Amino acid sequence: MTSIILFAPLLGAIIAGFGHRVIGDKGAQYLTTGLLFLAAFLSWIVFLTLPEGTQHIQIMRWIDSGSFSVDWGIRLDRLTAIMLVVVTTVSSLVHLYSIGYMADDPQFEGESYRPRFFAYLSLFTFAMLALVTADNLIQMFFGWEGVGLASYLLIGFYYKKPSANAAAIKAFVVNRVGDFGFALGIFGLFLLTDSIRFDDIFAAAPALAETDLHFLWRDWNAANLLAFLLFVGAMGKSAQLFLHTWLPDAMEGPTPVSALIHAATMVTAGVFLVSRMSPLMEYAPWTLGFIVLIGSATAFVAATIGLVQNDIKRVIAYSTMSQLGYMFVAAGVGVYSVAMFHLLTHAFFKAMLFLGAGSIIHGMHHEQDMRNYGGLRQKFPYTFWAMLIGTLAITGVGIPLTTIGFAGFLSKDAIIESAWAGTQGGYAFWLLVIAAMFTSFYSWRLMFMTFWGKPRGDKHTHEHAHESPAVMTIPLGVLALGAVFSGMIWYGSFFGDHDKVNAFFGIEAHAEAAEGAAAPAEGATDDAAAADLHGGTAPVGAIFMGPDNHVIDEAHHAPTWVKVSPFVAMLTGLLVAWWFYIVNPAMPRRLAEAQPHLYRFLLNKWYFDEIYDVVFVRPARALGRFLWKRGDGSVIDGLINWLAMGAVPYFTKLAGRWQSGYLFTYAFAMVLGIVVFVTIIAMSGGAH
Amino acid sequence: MTSTDLQAVLPELLLAVYAMIALIGAVYTGKDKLTGTLTWLTAGVMGALALWIGLANTATPGAAFGGMFLDDGYARFAKIAILIAAGAVLLAGEAVLARRGMARFEYPILVALATVGMMVMVSAGDLMLLYMGLELQSLSLYVIAAMNRDSVKSSEAGLKYFVLGALSSGLLLYGASLVYGYAGTTLFSGIIAAATDGHVGLGLLFGLVFVISALAFKVSAVPFHMWTPDVYEGAPTPVAAFFATAPKLAAMVLFARVLFDAFGAAVADWQQVLVLISLGSMFLGAVAAIAQTDFKRLMAYSSIGHMGFALMGLAAGDAYGVQAMLVYMAIYLTMNVGTFAFIMSMERDGKHVVDIRSLNQYAKAEPVKAAAMLVLLFSLAGVPPLVGFFGKLYVLNAAVQADLMWLAVAGVIASVIGAFYYLRIVYYMYFGESETTIETPMSPAAWVMLVGSATAMVLGVVNLFGVESAAAAAALILVN
Repeated sequence: MTSIILFAPLLGAIIAGFGHRVIGDKGAQYLTTGLLFLAAFLSWIVFLTLPEGTQHIQIMRWIDSGSFSVDWGIRLDRLTAIMLVVVTTVSSLVHLYSIGYMADDPQFEGESYRPRFFAYLSLFTFAMLALVTADNLIQMFFGWEGVGLASYLLIGFYYKKPSANAAAIKAFVVNRVGDFGFALGIFGLFLLTDSIRFDDIFAAAPALAETDLHFLWRDWNAANLLAFLLFVGAMGKSAQLFLHTWLPDAMEGPTPVSALIHAATMVTAGVFLVSRMSPLMEYAPWTLGFIVLIGSATAFVAATIGLVQNDIKRVIAYSTMSQLGYMFVAAGVGVYSVAMFHLLTHAFFKAMLFLGAGSIIHGMHHEQDMRNYGGLRQKFPYTFWAMLIGTLAITGVGIPLTTIGFAGFLSKDAIIESAWAGTQGGYAFWLLVIAAMFTSFYSWRLMFMTFWGKPRGDKHTHEHAHESPAVMTIPLGVLALGAVFSGMIWYGSFFGDHDKVNAFFGIEAHAEAAEGAAAPAEGATDDAAAADLHGGTAPVGAIFMGPDNHVIDEAHHAPTWVKVSPFVAMLTGLLVAWWFYIVNPAMPRRLAEAQPHLYRFLLNKWYFDEIYDVVFVRPARALGRFLWKRGDGSVIDGLINWLAMGAVPYFTKLAGRWQSGYLFTYAFAMVLGIVVFVTIIAMSGGAH
Repeated sequence: MTSTDLQAVLPELLLAVYAMIALIGAVYTGKDKLTGTLTWLTAGVMGALALWIGLANTATPGAAFGGMFLDDGYARFAKIAILIAAGAVLLAGEAVLARRGMARFEYPILVALATVGMMVMVSAGDLMLLYMGLELQSLSLYVIAAMNRDSVKSSEAGLKYFVLGALSSGLLLYGASLVYGYAGTTLFSGIIAAATDGHVGLGLLFGLVFVISALAFKVSAVPFHMWTPDVYEGAPTPVAAFFATAPKLAAMVLFARVLFDAFGAAVADWQQVLVLISLGSMFLGAVAAIAQTDFKRLMAYSSIGHMGFALMGLAAGDAYGVQAMLVYMAIYLTMNVGTFAFIMSMERDGKHVVDIRSLNQYAKAEPVKAAAMLVLLFSLAGVPPLVGFFGKLYVLNAAVQADLMWLAVAGVIASVIGAFYYLRIVYYMYFGESETTIETPMSPAAWVMLVGSATAMVLGVVNLFGVESAAAAAALILVN
């Protein structure tokens, strides 16, 4: 069944991509969409009927080279099941939505572009499924690069626009930096454990923590170093701080792409990677600390930038980046289940927000600037309600101290409580609370600017604005269900109830910290610690939490003020936004004028692009230009040209001149030769 | 003189007797009318002798006439190659000479006598026998170079060759007398014995330099090469074909014989001279040919360059180097027989033309011959996977193993430069601008030479037709 889930999108991609002349544009759309819905249906069956324990489904032997042997196999456990559901559900809805969204496009008039789009979407889905079902690192890397490729193709879908091409290349190049780290991590793991199978690596993790690995100029703790390198890969894919600059630009792609790839699925691959590698991460405390630092900083920085952006898609893009930061904080403090929880809920409400934004953009004739929106409630009734639910979900509306609320309320609050517990109320907790306040502000700002107030901008556009067709609003409705209920349904399984979490992820029960009892499982873990690099058994369960990892329990026992703080932050953000954009619309302008430097700093995204341009891009370009013009052009070409067009013809002419045709010249040359040789022999022969 | 001595020289004796009988017989009977028959007969005799030498009992004594005449495996290898090459060139040129009115009955007989000289050369174990063989060969060659008496160019070529050849003979004699003076003997075995105390006297070395110079003249190596283009250009093309093949091999084999049999104790001394000669030949061959539009002159420079590569093998100074040289020369002979078979057939309105630019678009008119030439030229340039590449690989490998890495690198550079002029001909044949006006009527024999040698260049990559192991065995006999 999982094989069908995995390969149905590939089949669709191949048929739509290569056979669309046979089956037609419509055929390609319906085929890919139909196959995706099939995959989604099967995924839900897999998710709901997942048996105990990890299953390995071997599909074929892939690579055999020396001690290196890799199967193409599917690893089916709770993590995989969650990702299967997320990926196929969102992807199938996005496929459906795209039938409406891509119906007509002024950029490709008279061309057949839809099969290409759907083939890419399905190809992406296949690659993403390959990534999440991977049973070893190479297969995961295949999927990892596959989604990168699909992302590149889809960001640059409007290839006639130079900015889209630039954004596609930027996404690819920035991801390359991360992938380099990822690849190094894989190499390192293979070097030390002689395997890239997850089970072998997990089994060796305790031993890795005891091993040193020489890298660059010094020895490092192997577990910390390798986990760090893998996380560098995750940083690139998940747009974490310093490798995040591609994500906002990626909004050049069609909006369904943003919803699927750059919100719900691909960008969460990094979170998935960290969770998947949790048995290794648990032995890499330093790296976990680094993940918390990067995650919380990303959440905060992205939220600040989101405050002032005017492009509706960019606001949501920064919001995505910020939420990814939340997920990494959860993973970094060791509660991988909560990271996955937020990944799941976020996929629903963020995809919905993007699709809602797409619906508005579609209805507003590709106008994306929120300053030209306003009062669109009546024009877009369904979209309005969907966006409202999405906003309630992302800002975390719910009843404090209960488990009743929108999806984001439960998952985000779980992260904030975990952050408090994991860092003992440190900086990460405060950064996340502040980010939650900003999140609320910019999300409501988006709502108020778009749906409330008076219509601004081009009158003609507003008059012709229209609600989107049913194929676009139905996915919104489905996702809205997820945004409302997914949190409440799975709260217990992911975070709320210790035993439920263990059962859900198939973890062997270990005692709750509060009870303080030594559990039998700890003894087993001690055995594992003694295992060497090439043996031992992997810990049972989809995720692994070390014997000392009690963050999830401590989070449950967090003080009330901690548990309420995100709600307060949310309310503050809402009220400020309401005051700024409904009560007193002149306020934002005055604030921006009062704090021009801060405003410009945020508007220009902390000047990351500018700094990178100066530090990396320009020196690289200068170096390239130097090597091209001087190295290749002057030295290599010059030398060859000089030889072929200067030196050789010169000697040719010279040889022709010596060949005078006169006997005495010839005889003279012979005698001269004898003189030279006799001299040489005499000089060196005398030395004997 | 015993019967074993006579048995050792029996092939040479037979060929010489045949030549003289044929000469007398032809003079008194049909004269030039007999040319065709004589050519085939001579080629047949040569082929039979080659077969005989190849199949004869190799256990016969190595030396005869007190060590003057060496009938060893090394000499036999060379003799077989010489006989086959000479016979092949005779057959390839027969129809052309007849068609152009140059069919003189002396030609095959002189070639036979030259071949006797060459066979003596490669068997020489004494400076005097060396000189005798060399002169017999050279005198025959002087005559056939000027065979087309009515042509000023042919006469000029013969005269130039003769004068310069006389100079080189003088050098050889001078060197030989120096060697005799310091070694007290003309026997190679005696010369090497005079130096076995580990030190070769300067006087002996001076003599060696002169001998080397004379032999370098015969193989047309820089700076004793200057006669080559003029003689190739002036001599009738079938004669030039002969010049380019068997005598080159004979001289090269003799070269190695003198260096190892007589001066094997002074490898370090002659190595530096050979390295210079090799280097100069490779580069001059490559550079000077670029300016040539005359196919024969071009082939003259080509052979200078190829001699440079063969000498690189010799310069390595060990058995592997000699093996490389022998393999290289065998490949070189094959390629040149085929190429000259084509060149001698080139004509326009019944007149012989040798301008490479006349080959424009030739491939359209004659796809098979053009393809054969394509293979031969690529092989001459040393393009893999043709056999010519493996010949080069052999000598480069020998140089590298003898710690002459820089010489090998220089050889590669020279062959890159040289590739230009071979490929230019291919360019003319396949992509030339104007229509071809050239005709290449070929006798079946010439056609077989052309296509056969091209085929050999392709099929030989499998095992070089066994030449490799034969050359290895021959080289071991010489060096040990």
